[in-house]
Amino acid sequence: MPDAHANELLQLVPKAEAKQSMKDFKSDQEVRWCPGCGDYAVLAAVQGFMPELGLAKENIVFVSGIGCSSRFPYYMNTYGMHSIHGRAPAIATGLASSRRDLSVWVVTGDGDALSIGGNHLIHALRRNVNLKILLFNNRIYGLTKGQYSPTSEVGKITKSTPMGSLDAPFNPVSLAIGAEASFVARTVDSDRKHLTEVLRQAAEHPGTALVEIYQNCNIFNDGAFEVLKDKDQAEEAVIRLEHGQQIRFGADRAKGVVRDAATGDLTVVPVTPENEADILVHDAHQASPTTAFALSRLADPDTLHHTPIGVFRSVDRPVYDTLMSDQLDTAIEQNGKGDLGALLAGKDTWTVVG
Amino acid sequence: MTSQVSSPAEQADGADEAVVGEQRRPAGEKEVRRLDRVIIRFAGDSGDGMQLTGDRFTSETASFGNDLSTLPNFPAEIRAPAGTLPGVSSFQLHFADHDILTPGDAPNVLVAMNPAALKANLADVPRGAEIIVNTDEFAKRAMAKVGYDTSPLEDGSLSAYNVHPVPLTTLTIEALKEFGLSRKEAERSKNMFALGLLSWMYHRPTEGTEKFLRSKFAKKPAIAEANVAAFRAGWNFGETTEDFAVSYEVAPATQAFPAGTYRNISGNLALSYGLIAAAQQADLPLYLGSYPITPASDILHELSRHKNFGVRTFQAEDEIAGIGAALGAAFGGSLAVTTTSGPGVALKSEAIGLAVSLELPLLVVDIQRGGPSTGLPTKTEQADLLQAMYGRNGEAPVPVVAPKTPADCFDAALDAARIALAYRTPVFLLSDGYLANGSEPWRVPEVDELPDLRVQFATGPNHALADGTEVFWPYKRDPKTLARPWAVPGTPGLEHRIGGIEKQDGTGNISYDPANHDFMVRTRQAKIDGVEVPDLAVDDPDGARTLVLGWGSTYGPITAAVRRLRAAGEPIAQAHLRHINPFPKNLGDILARYDKVVVPEMNLGQLATLIRAKYLVDAHSYNQVNGMPFKAEQLATALKEAIHA
Repeated sequence: MPDAHANELLQLVPKAEAKQSMKDFKSDQEVRWCPGCGDYAVLAAVQGFMPELGLAKENIVFVSGIGCSSRFPYYMNTYGMHSIHGRAPAIATGLASSRRDLSVWVVTGDGDALSIGGNHLIHALRRNVNLKILLFNNRIYGLTKGQYSPTSEVGKITKSTPMGSLDAPFNPVSLAIGAEASFVARTVDSDRKHLTEVLRQAAEHPGTALVEIYQNCNIFNDGAFEVLKDKDQAEEAVIRLEHGQQIRFGADRAKGVVRDAATGDLTVVPVTPENEADILVHDAHQASPTTAFALSRLADPDTLHHTPIGVFRSVDRPVYDTLMSDQLDTAIEQNGKGDLGALLAGKDTWTVVG
Repeated sequence: MTSQVSSPAEQADGADEAVVGEQRRPAGEKEVRRLDRVIIRFAGDSGDGMQLTGDRFTSETASFGNDLSTLPNFPAEIRAPAGTLPGVSSFQLHFADHDILTPGDAPNVLVAMNPAALKANLADVPRGAEIIVNTDEFAKRAMAKVGYDTSPLEDGSLSAYNVHPVPLTTLTIEALKEFGLSRKEAERSKNMFALGLLSWMYHRPTEGTEKFLRSKFAKKPAIAEANVAAFRAGWNFGETTEDFAVSYEVAPATQAFPAGTYRNISGNLALSYGLIAAAQQADLPLYLGSYPITPASDILHELSRHKNFGVRTFQAEDEIAGIGAALGAAFGGSLAVTTTSGPGVALKSEAIGLAVSLELPLLVVDIQRGGPSTGLPTKTEQADLLQAMYGRNGEAPVPVVAPKTPADCFDAALDAARIALAYRTPVFLLSDGYLANGSEPWRVPEVDELPDLRVQFATGPNHALADGTEVFWPYKRDPKTLARPWAVPGTPGLEHRIGGIEKQDGTGNISYDPANHDFMVRTRQAKIDGVEVPDLAVDDPDGARTLVLGWGSTYGPITAAVRRLRAAGEPIAQAHLRHINPFPKNLGDILARYDKVVVPEMNLGQLATLIRAKYLVDAHSYNQVNGMPFKAEQLATALKEAIHA
């Protein structure tokens, strides 16, 4: 099982002594997001899910960067740090790799994680530090009042791009898979049940888990994900990935994903009795990232049609913090516990007699 | 032969040294002279192994018990084009039978492995000095490459020097012909031949080098034995060749050192050990977040070798991640460190500001190098002082601690850690390339002499609300130090959030209140202003009217210059700052006592600017920004002019 070590790593984090409730995770600070912001739903989902995890809340830390979503730690009654723009994964890496008894969560946004902090994100993913990264993607800069972001669609008209944005967006899931991520998922702010299930799997995952959360900014980019939320459209637009299940969607699950024999790429086809057996079965635990990457490319960046949500990839890979800790143990096994006096003296000394 | 006699003008330090009379070694056939001190410079191509040769000679000299000081000088290019002037790498060593302070102004002996090495270094060599040249490399093409139209060995241009032409390459190959090595392989040992020759000339103990070679090449025993053979051949060459008629003894510096156990140590090594010692004395795990950068990388290398001390080293994706990870570890209760040089500090600035705002302990080690921008990566400079002081947005005071000698980097690291831990603040430790790579003897401290740096983590509520409820306030301060509590994750009941946004005094909650911001800005400043640092000591035996004030690595040259002046009957007072932020409390009084204050710096007057601004003193700058440390003679001349100006 890819998550065989999940419990092993989670067991390093002390458990709560008493049963917890959502209230235990609410801080005394007034939440100051705009009314109607998607962040409220994510906060509620996280606060609601935490008691289920059952960890001592003093051993949970939320680290964030800068942006609307990065206010998140102030609202969690755990330890928290609201840091500087883009650097949360780096700060969390230092914390997680020095304190394996902590459950460390990073809260970030599309600007924070993918623009100013892109470097830290990809390196955290490749190292597989034991972090849970919640990437709130609203495809816009909110806190600076409405400039386009690195996930905005090409041609986006914003204050800084009155004639339309020029640059192609990142697909965060593709980026994460390309950066050797061991766990990559996508969910939507308004789907509390799906969001909670993805959080559960992320929390269980040993190593870096990246969860992209489509989050509505009702002030500067309202309705950006409406096609995935609106009952009438969502059925045809959203592809729900479930491990071990065929990748089918649409009314009567009439559409499916198949592999093109010629190119190896994935395509969406109407399911017929002839091709039904060929419909791809989702395997999130596949060692190769190829299919997960191909799945991430199904979505049209402009219309969001054929957007897969769920866990794209969840594989077991050595965890940086564990390896670092193991090296310390090995060094002690090999050389004994450090002796400061011997270290300072070194091997070549001479004595001056007074 | 008088070339090695220290004339007063050449003395780096020490007032009344004189060469002790000649003395023959009873069993030897050759004359042996005793010297009080010698400056040797090994110079060759980047690939000739001059740094290794210098290191080995230094180790031999240290184990013999001389006082010593070294100056490695090498290009930033790993292998600049062979035989060119930019590719020259050198290592200067000053050793003596008494206490010395600098690597010396001018070499008494230059070992030049090729024409480029001769040309690049000759200007520094005083007339009458000895020059040992590898004649094998003085082919027409090699000489033309560096602009020698005629051979300096034959055209009389070196007639003022005492030149020893030695076919080092040929002799090495000859000595190794039984090892079955290719010519190229055998040639590589020519630096060990040179080392053997110099070891003979100065009666250096040789066991250490042979042991070193056997261990360095443990996996290639044939190469190890070839190097040992070249080393011995060099020694024997000195012993038997008539060209080397005299050898020299420099007695151990028994009077220079207090009793104790000594070793040789470079600045970066001493600094690394200081960090490990600080963590042990604080009973905290050490966490280094760092990105490789010259000349700081050796600290990352060194610390990564000591994981059995519980040291975690994290080679980050960039400078910002290096300090970010360190700050995260500090939040978690580690003694956190980031190491870098000037360009890295620039990148870390925002995170240092965050550390100021979070009020967490963090050491920022800046091994300064020539700037601006990439500047001179392998050369020394002190031009990051104002960056360390002010290089952040907003009012973001950070204590600054500067070591003064290579060995002092150990104590300075402990001191910086003391301040960081006690006051919950980032602290700058400002070393430089000269201290980092230079070395000197160090009295190894006993572990129980080291300061106790233990701190108390917060364990429970620290504040009672009006209704009597006990709560934890992350920004409620210690009334004496103004430090806030360090409450590490995992402590039940103290869950709290901190961040870079201005926070309310006490509660630490976000606050945009104008009066609160004004209060917090002033409080953070007051905390740093109140950091306890020892009073500044002044060395002024003669009641001088002029004070020379320095900081950091200029200590050696300044002190050597001061000794010369006093020996020449010029009174001068000297004081040297370890703490630049905050300044020692008595600094203002000291400055006021003198008619003149001279501040020598390897920048354009950064400490002088601070002094002038804070104390309204007409401090006079003496500056050099050529990538090299001051020379004692040059400083002595400048100080003398200042005294009489």
